[in-house]
Amino acid sequence: MAARLSGGENRLVSLPLSRIRVIMKSSPEVSSINQDALFLTAKATELFVQYLATYSYKHGRGKEKSALTYSDLSHTAEECETFQFLADILPKKILASKYLKMLEKEKRDGEVGEDEDNDEEDNEDESVEEDIGS
Amino acid sequence: MAERPEDLNLPNAVITRIIKEALPDGVNISKEARSAISRAASVFVLYATSCANNFAMKGKRKTLNAGDVLSAMEEMEFQRFVAPLKESLEVYRREQKGKKEARKDKDKKADSEEQDKSREEENDDDDERMEEEEQNEEEEVSSGRWWS
Repeated sequence: MAARLSGGENRLVSLPLSRIRVIMKSSPEVSSINQDALFLTAKATELFVQYLATYSYKHGRGKEKSALTYSDLSHTAEECETFQFLADILPKKILASKYLKMLEKEKRDGEVGEDEDNDEEDNEDESVEEDIGS
Repeated sequence: MAERPEDLNLPNAVITRIIKEALPDGVNISKEARSAISRAASVFVLYATSCANNFAMKGKRKTLNAGDVLSAMEEMEFQRFVAPLKESLEVYRREQKGKKEARKDKDKKADSEEQDKSREEENDDDDERMEEEEQNEEEEVSSGRWWS
């Protein structure tokens, strides 16, 4: 991976620094960022994208099919400690039918925390769509 | 500043290109996988920023610097990034120095700070501030405490 870095790229960093800065500044405790720190964060993010993709591909099931899928990524977030911080945004998918059964069971178990249930439902709806035989 | 949630997204085309370059030729990357990696990258930026900021705070500094970001990488268990990052920072600094000298000449001729507007992507308000900071820094900051 390091070889790729120093190799014949014409641009040092391909992600837009302006956007990276917007994201960094969205963190309320950050007051200012010097140019070097901004550049390094952008570059680090590129390395991170490469690493996440290659790691998930190597350890994923898509390898036989020569494909990188969502479940390879959520698997990485779950299994690899370094990538654990992604677990919340890369949740494991479950089938809608399975989820409905879970919901029903929960209801039967008691009507506690109805609000919570609703929240969960919203989240799951997002990840349930397009579930492809995982 | 981030006004809409989309402002926290990174450009999909660029993310896709980075993924493609990293994987062997012909690997199919599902649309979902792409957007997941893109989201992950934004979260990575926030996580790195917050770690780096902790280091700056420990050093009683208000401005995040290169050392803070590198320390953050170690803390986040991305030590493997540190060496390549240092390497590209070197190149970047050299490049910026060259640009700055070219700019100074230009500024003398134009003798107006407003010219900043036309400079590549660095054209929102606090960029100017940042560049000034950076210039102050150039000489003294590598020791890490120009403000004190």
